[in-house]
Amino acid sequence: MTDASTSTPSVIERTRHIAAGAPIVGAHFLGRTAVLVLGEEALLLVPEEGEERRVAVHGGGILSAASDGARVVTGGDDGKVVASGANGDIEILATDEKQRWIDRVATGPDGAVAWSAGKTAHVRTGKGEVRTLEVPSSVGGLAFAPKGLRLAIAHYNGVTLWFPNAKAAPERFEWRGSHHEVNFSPDGKFLLTAMQEPMLHGWRLHDRKDMRMSGYSARVRSLSWTADGGWLATSGAEQLILWPFSSKDGPMGKTPRQLAAFGVRVEVVACHPKQEVIAIGYEDGLVLLVRLDDGAEILAKKPDKVPVSALAWDGAGTLLAWGAEDGKAGTISLA
Amino acid sequence: MSESTDKIPVTVLTGYLGAGKTTLLNRILSEPHGKKYAVIVNEFGEIGIDNELIVNADEEVFEMNNGCICCTVRGDLIRIIEGLMRRKGKFDAIIVETTGLADPAPVAQTFFVDENVGKRTKLDAVVTVADAKWLKERLKDAPEAKNQIAFADVILINKTDLVTDAELREIEARIRGINPYAKLHRTERANIALSEVLGRNAFDLDRILDIEPEFLHADGHDHDHHHGHDHKHDHSHGGLKHYHDEDMQSLSLSTDKPLNPDKFFPWVQDLVAKDGPSILRCKGILSFKDDPERFVIQGVHMILDGDHQRPWKDDEKRSSRLVFIGRKLPEEKIRNGFASCVA
Repeated sequence: MTDASTSTPSVIERTRHIAAGAPIVGAHFLGRTAVLVLGEEALLLVPEEGEERRVAVHGGGILSAASDGARVVTGGDDGKVVASGANGDIEILATDEKQRWIDRVATGPDGAVAWSAGKTAHVRTGKGEVRTLEVPSSVGGLAFAPKGLRLAIAHYNGVTLWFPNAKAAPERFEWRGSHHEVNFSPDGKFLLTAMQEPMLHGWRLHDRKDMRMSGYSARVRSLSWTADGGWLATSGAEQLILWPFSSKDGPMGKTPRQLAAFGVRVEVVACHPKQEVIAIGYEDGLVLLVRLDDGAEILAKKPDKVPVSALAWDGAGTLLAWGAEDGKAGTISLA
Repeated sequence: MSESTDKIPVTVLTGYLGAGKTTLLNRILSEPHGKKYAVIVNEFGEIGIDNELIVNADEEVFEMNNGCICCTVRGDLIRIIEGLMRRKGKFDAIIVETTGLADPAPVAQTFFVDENVGKRTKLDAVVTVADAKWLKERLKDAPEAKNQIAFADVILINKTDLVTDAELREIEARIRGINPYAKLHRTERANIALSEVLGRNAFDLDRILDIEPEFLHADGHDHDHHHGHDHKHDHSHGGLKHYHDEDMQSLSLSTDKPLNPDKFFPWVQDLVAKDGPSILRCKGILSFKDDPERFVIQGVHMILDGDHQRPWKDDEKRSSRLVFIGRKLPEEKIRNGFASCVA
């Protein structure tokens, strides 16, 4: 460690390597158990101690996954919405009557779950009541607001905000173009979408002021908020792009912070749940941890030409899981 | 171009209502070819074949937010193809069936505009099924039908058993008046060898071999198609009638003089930027000054794709040929512009 320029500190030796046997499309933690979402049929449960376990959840492709920390909810091309626990128990929450694809899922407060098939969005409350809303075009993304039972539904030309338990008509936030991933800021003041074009769009909710966040080289597929909600970390560029949200104007009129540039596209980002540290997965397989205050980098996985497709922290921030398109995965203990 | 080999080929099936798309689709799925197809249809229930990989599409045409009106994509297709790729390995190819009223351009553009889709799949060909009996009428009253003919790489003139030979020749001539470059086949009940509709590589730059118009093969009128490069497509052959379509035409440009790439590329980019809405397809084989390699281009509306293809052969005539199919093409402007690109 005498030459700092050639030896980035590394945590690679703390990795437990996993061969998932299928492309990994998502990662979550249920307590100390990593849950790797495979492209087809199954989840792979990786408890901190003990054997990995494959749990069959869908009779086909898994199109979307989300977690509230208690369960991982998945939507499949078999038309099913399935909730899985860390012990491998599964519950089928819904089955589409026409067996349409469940394109998107989201988890909300008090056990609420949302999913969409084509233009139809559904919410199942914690009590098990299901409500349905049709939007003008196919749903590109779903997200619950941080407080109250309120769902954002992204679609073509905007986002619909819906209180499933209220009689009030859904509210529409319009912006031309196709909106995919949708996200509330943790303080609930801003609503953000990733568009088909390589840019983000945002609205300040109280005055509906538009925000355009552009400059990306690819569609933004991964969005993650830092622990204090001060920064939005994003993929889609050849470096980590962080938009400032600590002031009341959010990123309006500001330039983003750019970190960890390697000339390789960032595919997935995951903010540490407690500290200002961000895990970054790159197109060439590299995984880095970056500390925001000084930009210090720690190597978590060496590049191997296979894009990183999933990253997740456990709630304590002492376990990191990564997964790749070729089915390789790892968990890293940072305790 | 080696990466293109593991991309999943996508065939787009178009045709006006009732022309026989579903018949062709059922035929493709039922033949013992040993291949598995993922099929994206616009309505459930029409396909008589059991196939687990049938996906219902909504035909959502989205404009890209870049101010370009013809840069439209099929939003539902982006979502569906991403989903299908979760099951990569379970199928060999994708077939997209469009509704009878669909414009093929947004479907085709999806494969060039969306990076993720373009990385995993490649457009193989646009196959249009035409109704031998009714196409003539549809060309008069349905702009969609004309679009589908103009856009096609392969055209099946279906239900030939319902028309006389003279009617058939007339409909072929009308099709040729719009699109002289597509492969034409006469079929009954969409009966055709699958190799004629699948695996065509019509959008593959490596496969652009020649872009001579396909002349009408009238019985007993066999003649040599490969005479002089300077002949134009717009005159009659073998005594067959020629139809000039009022609003959809093709335009063929050629020169034996080498082109100047520094003039050609700005010109062609400016042309598609300005006249892209009226240009449906374009294709070209180009000879640049002091360049030992053939350059090939192809495009859909405003999207252009081009690359060096291979060295010119010693015995090959180095000439450039560029064709456009489009609606009310500004012919003089295009001809003059092309002529000014000579080195």
